[in-house]
Amino acid sequence: MNSGDCLLWVLYASLLALLPTVLVAIPALPIRWKRSLGFLLTVAFCLLLIVVGIHALASPALHASIPGPLTDLAWQFTLDPLSGFFLLVLGSVGFAASLHAIGYFYHGSQSKLKQVLLPYPVFVTAMVWVLLAANAYTFLVAWELMALSSTFLILVEGQDQRRQQAAYLYLLIAHIGALALFVAFALLSHGDLISNGNFQRMAQSPYSPVVANAVFGLTLLGFGAKLGLLPLHAWLPEAHPAAPSPVSALMSGAMLPVAVYGLLRIDWQILPAGAGWWGPLWLGLGLSSALFAVLYSALQTDMKRLLAYSSMENMGLILIALGLSRIFAEQALWSLAALALVAGLFQVLNHAFFKSLLFLGSGSVLHATGTLEMSHLGGLIRSMPQTAFLVLIGIFALAGLPPLNGFASEWLLLQAFLLAPSLPSGMLRAILPLAAAGVVLVTAVAAFAIVKFYGIAFLGRARSAVAKQEAGIWERASMAFLALFCVLLGVFPGRVVDSLSHITALLLHGSQIAHQSALALTPISAQRASYLPGVFLLGIALSIAVVFVLVWWRFGRSLRRAPVWSCGFAADYSAQTQDSPTGFSQPLLRIFGVSLSTLRNRQGGRNTLPVQIPDPFWKGFYLPWGRVTLWIAEGISRLQHGRITSYLLYSFLTLIVLLVFFR
Amino acid sequence: MTSLIGWRDQCFQILFVVAAAPLLAGWLQTVRALLQNRRSAGILQPYRDLFRLFHKETLIPEQSSWLFQFSPYVMFGAKIMAVAIVPIIANGLPLASAADVIALVGLLAVARIFQVLAAMDTGTAFGSYGAHREMLISALAEPALLAALFTASLLARSTSLVQIVHLSQIQLFSIHPSMVFAAIAFGFVLLVENARIPVDNPATHLELTMIHEAMVLEYSGRHLALLEWAAQLKLFLYMTIGFALFLPWGIAAKPSLTSLVIAAGLVLVKLFFAVVVLALIETLLAKKRLFRVPEFAITGFLFGVIGLLSHFMLGS
Amino acid sequence: MIMHSILAHSAIISPVLRILAAWMLVLSFALLAQRRLLSLIRLLAWQGVTLAVGTALVGQLTGDPVLWVSAVLTLSIKGILMPYVLHYLLRRLQVRGDVEMTLNVPSTQLLGILLVVFAFSIAAPLDGYLPAATHGMLGIALAAFLLSFLMMITRRKAISQIVGFLAMDNALFFAATSATLGMPLIVELGIALDTLIGLVVIGVFFFQIRDTFDSLDLHYLEHIREDK
Repeated sequence: MNSGDCLLWVLYASLLALLPTVLVAIPALPIRWKRSLGFLLTVAFCLLLIVVGIHALASPALHASIPGPLTDLAWQFTLDPLSGFFLLVLGSVGFAASLHAIGYFYHGSQSKLKQVLLPYPVFVTAMVWVLLAANAYTFLVAWELMALSSTFLILVEGQDQRRQQAAYLYLLIAHIGALALFVAFALLSHGDLISNGNFQRMAQSPYSPVVANAVFGLTLLGFGAKLGLLPLHAWLPEAHPAAPSPVSALMSGAMLPVAVYGLLRIDWQILPAGAGWWGPLWLGLGLSSALFAVLYSALQTDMKRLLAYSSMENMGLILIALGLSRIFAEQALWSLAALALVAGLFQVLNHAFFKSLLFLGSGSVLHATGTLEMSHLGGLIRSMPQTAFLVLIGIFALAGLPPLNGFASEWLLLQAFLLAPSLPSGMLRAILPLAAAGVVLVTAVAAFAIVKFYGIAFLGRARSAVAKQEAGIWERASMAFLALFCVLLGVFPGRVVDSLSHITALLLHGSQIAHQSALALTPISAQRASYLPGVFLLGIALSIAVVFVLVWWRFGRSLRRAPVWSCGFAADYSAQTQDSPTGFSQPLLRIFGVSLSTLRNRQGGRNTLPVQIPDPFWKGFYLPWGRVTLWIAEGISRLQHGRITSYLLYSFLTLIVLLVFFR
Repeated sequence: MTSLIGWRDQCFQILFVVAAAPLLAGWLQTVRALLQNRRSAGILQPYRDLFRLFHKETLIPEQSSWLFQFSPYVMFGAKIMAVAIVPIIANGLPLASAADVIALVGLLAVARIFQVLAAMDTGTAFGSYGAHREMLISALAEPALLAALFTASLLARSTSLVQIVHLSQIQLFSIHPSMVFAAIAFGFVLLVENARIPVDNPATHLELTMIHEAMVLEYSGRHLALLEWAAQLKLFLYMTIGFALFLPWGIAAKPSLTSLVIAAGLVLVKLFFAVVVLALIETLLAKKRLFRVPEFAITGFLFGVIGLLSHFMLGS
Repeated sequence: MIMHSILAHSAIISPVLRILAAWMLVLSFALLAQRRLLSLIRLLAWQGVTLAVGTALVGQLTGDPVLWVSAVLTLSIKGILMPYVLHYLLRRLQVRGDVEMTLNVPSTQLLGILLVVFAFSIAAPLDGYLPAATHGMLGIALAAFLLSFLMMITRRKAISQIVGFLAMDNALFFAATSATLGMPLIVELGIALDTLIGLVVIGVFFFQIRDTFDSLDLHYLEHIREDK
């Protein structure tokens, strides 16, 4: 394959990937064929994305332009290392999610399959187009297509009121975000989206500080709505649990990173020089989102809601890394900026792998038991041992345990924070290590949340829901793929960091981290800090093996299974004596009870279970805005009273006003 | 050749620490008994306990999974790996470059999470409440520990323990105010993480106040022996990390057998006094109410954070 | 001449002075976290002793004998006399037990961290005007001041509020001696006298409150506002 054609190949393939949408509509095709063909086509497409993404990471940028329906509206595309990286992320998540989907929708009806397979390929293709778009027009069309198709996917599992509300909320917030993006692009193209909309041209034209700040704010609103930044996160914990698991995995592992891509492309590449407060703002917003999200994720009782809040926390961490990088870049400390940026991108990659692994795992749990409510689950490690093992790897990666991948990016981020003394400004220098302490707090509480996730659902004894069988072969294969890469990315972090160097070169004036050997991380110098995950893994494995062999050799009497002792309370040994999910996190609630608006789930004077923890932003932020909007709408509705003459009057007045202003 | 010597030192350090850890626990029990006007069981009692436990039959709960049987080995193995990394009697060991302070904290987290998961695996009420208490308290203690370690890293301009010890042997970090805070924070973390008295009572038989003991309640025989030994190793490890940060004198820098032996002796002397201080704390303080324990951990975090702040504010 | 001796001594004394400053901050946080009244008073006494040692060290640093007098005065008034008076009040009033808090301890402490950051960021630009040995001291003094203020806000009992008030005074005193390397004795005497009189007045006030409400809980005072 000629490398120059790479981009065109992907574009043609992305059109071809829409084939399942047509396929479903053929009534003659048997349902098995539809399912396998439909998802396998996406699987193949995602494999292509992975290959192209890896290829693009080390190649110069490619451009393509396809004449649109109107002669002025050209569809312009670019493939550079930045989009290549995110294509790789999308491809990996899409590959696993589509494989999983074959098993997940195995027992679904014809109509359900139709509902999935219509929007699903569109969703993937739209994300590809967003990543490849090279002008504002293409970007916005693809962005809207992505939002719309995912809205339909949320409604697949049924259309009860809760799901409809979730989909509506998601669509609403996505649209507010898209509106902000539209205005931002209009500002960037000096009011002419069609002829000045090319990203390269935007990057070359100068902007006054006012415009730059406005664009920064608007894009933060637009992409922040997708990322789940603090006040705009409300859709995340609603939409993720409502969607089918493969879709949740795609939304969390691939769609949230697409918003990170947008931030990098527009606020970094097009607006390279910004005000000094941009970096600190990102950092502060990221930290507060992450702290909020991690506390709430620890309090959830629904597996996917817990993961949804945890996704929000991960996005917060990524934004922290980007903000830190921006702070360093502002002071022209390019190599430090590169370090922080690499930490952020690495985190994107890790998030994609372990979070989609966990979403897919909870999908298999739902499949096997019929519920995701942790207060009904328990003991899945015995009925689904392989799923439980694969999910365990995801848990370790998310909890930031060495030598898995989650730890590697966390390590890089903390290293970047500890280089804060190189900054000249006094205030930031002192605050950054504090932010590092905050990051550590976030990851420690995240470990709490994820141990709760695993310990309650997979360990102990079944509470009420029992798993009937192990997950299907497709589901296990997809999870095994993700788990394998959680380990590989963790053990070979040097390779990852090296392959990200072209992105840092693109965004940070050619600066990059020193070349790393595959097995080690030594971002600055070996004296400053080094981390060798391979040796680490080997050392632990060896010491465990030695201890095991020695103990077995000297004292190896056979084990005997016996009833639990439980301090002599074994008579009351029922599954209900185990911690409920609410009970597990109750001490946390008690500590932070003041900062969280606490729960009073009383009905008729009695505490009811399971306790739902309401999001304080719902009451404090959304409902007031909703009331204001309703009030305005009522005011406007007074204009509508059905008399033809008054409508004519409105038209007449509009015409007059227009004539006055635009004569 | 030098690398061979390095590996010899490495093995010496690991074997020394693994062998001496029960001694530390025995000495602690003896001092506590003396302070509390009791007759002690002798300094060698932990060895006898371990010997007895290793020879007993090992029971496992009916419904537990492989995690339950695997965890004791992971915990012991992780502690051995940590012992290999920390400069206890010799600095610049071959495995030391595998992990810096951040990875060391991660390694201790690996052991902890396995223990917590194993506790939940038993499916008993005690296991799960021990688990959530442990996770909660460590979620607050881990940032405190890292904040204390960051303070030292900022002074040494390196997160590698080798470099920190090397520099602090020359420069006397401990006089620096930020290190005073870091030391206080570290002391808090040591008490919290090793289930010592104001936080948890290692000798308790009252189920409702247990944290660490609640998690190992279902273990017996060789598994329990490994867990007990791992806990003793953990205490040894925390104390020696403290020495490496705040009292680094005597850690051997040159690879010679005599210097190793001298360093090992010095470590024992330091431990001798540290244990007396710990026993005093444990005798003078009462165990806190469980709901006050997070406050204790948060106070540790606070000291770590003030240490970081004062590093910048009071100059370095 | 004085400058010369400062340079000669500062190598040894200023690290010790810094540790004292750090210790002062520790005590302020301990005041914030402590629930027992008796321990609060003990911590206050420790603050007084720290101040006295700090003043003496500054005296050694600058070679100013007046500061030694001031150190002795500090020790006797802030380190011994005031805690004793408070202790006496505590016994006479038979106040026992824990202090009630309006906010739980972890949240208060996290707020405290924010206050320290704030104080340091305010005081950092002023370091340029002060001698090198005292850099950062002003920030600590300001932080201690704000923390005492926070303590007064979060407590309900009158005695703990007076402890907060005295801690505030200590912080100001610390700012004066350590950050500016000593202040005129006459000013110091004036302040000490003011505080003492304040203490006496408040002590009398305590008895009045207790006689009126049978309690030292200040929320009873809310009842004596004018009804509208």
